[in-house]
Amino acid sequence: MIRKTAWIVSLLTTVVVAALLLSAASPGSSAKAPQPTSAEVKVDNFSFGPASLTVAVGTTVTWTNRDDIPHTVVSTDKVFKSKVLDTDEKFSFTFDKAGTYPYFCSVHPKMTGSVVVQ
Amino acid sequence: MPQKSKDEILHDHNNDGIDRRGFLKCMAWAGTGALCVMEGGILKSYSLSRLGEIGTRETAGELSFVQISDSHMGFNKPANPDVAGTLKAAVEKINGLSKPPEFMLHTGDISHLSKPEEFDTVDQILKSASAKDVFFVPGEHDVLNDDGKSYQERYGKNAKGAGWYSFDKKGVHFIGLVNVMNLKAGGLGTLGHEQLEWIEDDVQHLKHSTPIVVFAHIPLWSVYPEWGWGTDDSAQALAYLKKFGSVTVLNGHIHQIMQKVEGNVTFHTAASTAFPQPQPGKADSPGPMKVPAEQLKSVLGITDVNYMQGRNALAVVDSALA
Repeated sequence: MIRKTAWIVSLLTTVVVAALLLSAASPGSSAKAPQPTSAEVKVDNFSFGPASLTVAVGTTVTWTNRDDIPHTVVSTDKVFKSKVLDTDEKFSFTFDKAGTYPYFCSVHPKMTGSVVVQ
Repeated sequence: MPQKSKDEILHDHNNDGIDRRGFLKCMAWAGTGALCVMEGGILKSYSLSRLGEIGTRETAGELSFVQISDSHMGFNKPANPDVAGTLKAAVEKINGLSKPPEFMLHTGDISHLSKPEEFDTVDQILKSASAKDVFFVPGEHDVLNDDGKSYQERYGKNAKGAGWYSFDKKGVHFIGLVNVMNLKAGGLGTLGHEQLEWIEDDVQHLKHSTPIVVFAHIPLWSVYPEWGWGTDDSAQALAYLKKFGSVTVLNGHIHQIMQKVEGNVTFHTAASTAFPQPQPGKADSPGPMKVPAEQLKSVLGITDVNYMQGRNALAVVDSALA
């Protein structure tokens, strides 16, 4: 059936993309994991984008500061804390446990975001 | 009745119809720094970029000093690739005053990234100013990586807590506060319990007639909380100062000039010596405003702000950026 074929193609594409992402993120690991293991948050215009990010357990999230002004990424519950990030500098953290992780910029505390790990 | 013109808004929150006598408009606050003159216990401020308009009579108070702010040494983005040059220009203006100021106040963000070489550069440039003493308070950019330890080692050796202190000059009591430490998610600037207790203690033995000048980096009034331009617990600090007849609050942080009068308290914010920021809510974010190079120095200064005296009115002055 056409519909079933399309579904299989779609599934295969997903697996291939996932495998590519996985191999890019951690060379040598197997392609069995069904979800990407990395995600990006852009720090732009004094805000985190996306402000709320949902990822799978084991995902490494990378924040990149694209502002002319330095920012930080600091977990409200003290789970993670970046050093100050100047323009184009990055900070990464790998989420090994499920949960909700609110965070903010300790320099500009009106800037808040959260990572939901499922 | 309160007067209104296109560049000033006067809100009479008491709605008591009291005539705001003594309302006085004068040139002030344009440029990379401000000359503050205490006369008869009342502080007046003048823009350093309008030196030609400041006569010797205006500057002949009991005490004059200069406020500079937000030098952001180390910043090198298009909004101003030469922050050292614009700070030097501010110093030249200070040195052009007919009567040298007694001292300078720097209301924070001395550096951009809290780096020792950034502080070194500012210290070096300020050495060439006619006023030798500089009193600092930290901005958030000065305490980025080590909870402010390196700032304190350099500027706050004799200060209390995270770097707050007070001193007296010619009968005026100056209080330098720190509201950039331990900021909480979603919040504004913070003074904290320990500092608030210190303020209460610091002023309790002063005569009520003592003029008070408070200086801190983030505004101690709500300029625009949506951008974090305010201090969560400033009301408590100001409550301790209610008994005084003349209180002036000098802040930086917002890179533009604003003024508000509330009772006996006059609030000022200073322009940056580095780059301008947008007016509250007039941009997506409070990031640096990029202007053509030939316009930069004019935008580092602002039009004019009014000096006002009023017993009960709450007055807000909107000063358009040039």
